[in-house]
Amino acid sequence: MSMNNLDTLYRQVIMDHYKNPRNKGAIDGDTLTVDMNNPTCGDRIELHLQLEGEIVKDVKFEGEGCSISMSSASMMTQAIKGKKLDDALNMSKVFSNMMIGEDVDTEELEDIAALQGVSKFPARIKCATLAWKAMEKGVHEE
Amino acid sequence: MDVKAIRQQFPILDQEVNGHPLVYLDSSATSQKPLAVINAVNDYYKQDNSNVHRGVHTLGSRATDKYEGAREKVCQFINADSHAEVIFNRGTTSGINTVASSYARQNLKPGDEVVITPMEHHSNIIPWQQAVKASGATLKYIPLQPDGTIALEDVREVVTSNTKVVAITHVSNVLGTVNPVKEIAKIAHDHDAVIVVDGAQGAPHLKVDVQDLDCDFYALSGHKMCGPTGIGVLYGKKKLLEAMEPFEFGGEMIDFVNLYDSTWKELPWKFEGGTPVIAGAVGLGAAIDFLSEIGMDAITKHEKILADYAMEQMRTIEGINVYGPESRAALVTFNLADVHPHDTATVLDSEGIAVRAGHHCAQPLMRWLDVTATARASFYLYNTKEDVDLLVNGLLKTKEYFGDVYE
Repeated sequence: MSMNNLDTLYRQVIMDHYKNPRNKGAIDGDTLTVDMNNPTCGDRIELHLQLEGEIVKDVKFEGEGCSISMSSASMMTQAIKGKKLDDALNMSKVFSNMMIGEDVDTEELEDIAALQGVSKFPARIKCATLAWKAMEKGVHEE
Repeated sequence: MDVKAIRQQFPILDQEVNGHPLVYLDSSATSQKPLAVINAVNDYYKQDNSNVHRGVHTLGSRATDKYEGAREKVCQFINADSHAEVIFNRGTTSGINTVASSYARQNLKPGDEVVITPMEHHSNIIPWQQAVKASGATLKYIPLQPDGTIALEDVREVVTSNTKVVAITHVSNVLGTVNPVKEIAKIAHDHDAVIVVDGAQGAPHLKVDVQDLDCDFYALSGHKMCGPTGIGVLYGKKKLLEAMEPFEFGGEMIDFVNLYDSTWKELPWKFEGGTPVIAGAVGLGAAIDFLSEIGMDAITKHEKILADYAMEQMRTIEGINVYGPESRAALVTFNLADVHPHDTATVLDSEGIAVRAGHHCAQPLMRWLDVTATARASFYLYNTKEDVDLLVNGLLKTKEYFGDVYE
């Protein structure tokens, strides 16, 4: 594998989200908090969701993990903020399809499409899906 | 020790990974297998496969001879007093659980104490948490020194007349610390406690003499010492094993079965319920022959050279944190500042270098180190100084790579 292949994993936009995470922190007021960890590696995320009816009014995250897990969380929060729950769940499905290497419409994923390279690194897929799984869990519990 | 000749006996090492020659630095997770072991398992299935201790036919006798022959090899390898003290099981986890659920639960009562350390991996923590919960006893920890070693004064402080079990790892899979098991055994015995040694990282790398160490139980895994996965050994002193109740019932451990009660076979079969891992035991026997021929002292010496060289070379990398004491077993656990160990491991993998990244099944120790995860390079008899150089080179590339993308 050359450095070029590594570059398909560590795209510029991913490193940017890792370095400057969006929506990092907690939300004041009544929120739904989901804790999720990847027990095999120790990555951990605490996702705060503020729902208003069927809409994700606000979403933030805290946690510790590798560049892939943290940038994925940053992008995910950015993507689902203001969206309808159904649309957020649908996006999560598209994302997990992308992770298992299926052809998906990356248009609608915007920034998140940068994570497509992770599908070539099977050991790292769990890192990328952590935040999305936390979101799904939160929505389903609600 | 002729490492080049040794490497030729490990066919898996002769391959490219991601366009680079494989550098396997994850032997603490599982070691590679020499041809002698692969062939022994293969030959067993091709020529001798049969159940043990049951059939009166020829294959049954051959399988039984090979299985019991492997037990004799283990017996000599660890210098047990008799084959009755060598129980085959699935591995270290299984061995420690046997002691915790059979010996400990039988002998613990409220007010008693079980003593362990924060450097244990999960398999030597959770069984004791469960045993004290079931019995009303208490779990106590021997604190670690800042460099990740254990001070005997602390052992003397924590082990008291209430202590019934001291359970400790021979070698830490994260820090590389080699614990003074013999001295700790003496302290335990002075208080009439038994000592259980987690030998997962000890038996593959050090000459183990259970009588000299005077440990009461010693658990090891075959797959970390060139043997197959799924086979392990629990050594126990005969008088302790004799007083213990088995925990798995059926198959080979049975003596007489009546409608409402039954009796057990003698040691060691009392603890080997069901059909055992026969091919695994045969493979472990071959692994022991292989290691013994090279000599455990020669292996330890080779690894010491590698460990010292690795420590020296790693130190030249700016911004690296290396965890554990100066004098250590052949593994180096570290973090590159600002780069998560997963990311380090992925870049190294792209260079054909296999290391471990994560919490190494030692979450309490990660908290003690105040990190969530680390990377670990672990060496074995087939590794060379060149492997260390390639690792260091890979780490410099990792830094460079992440330095670039960060800017």
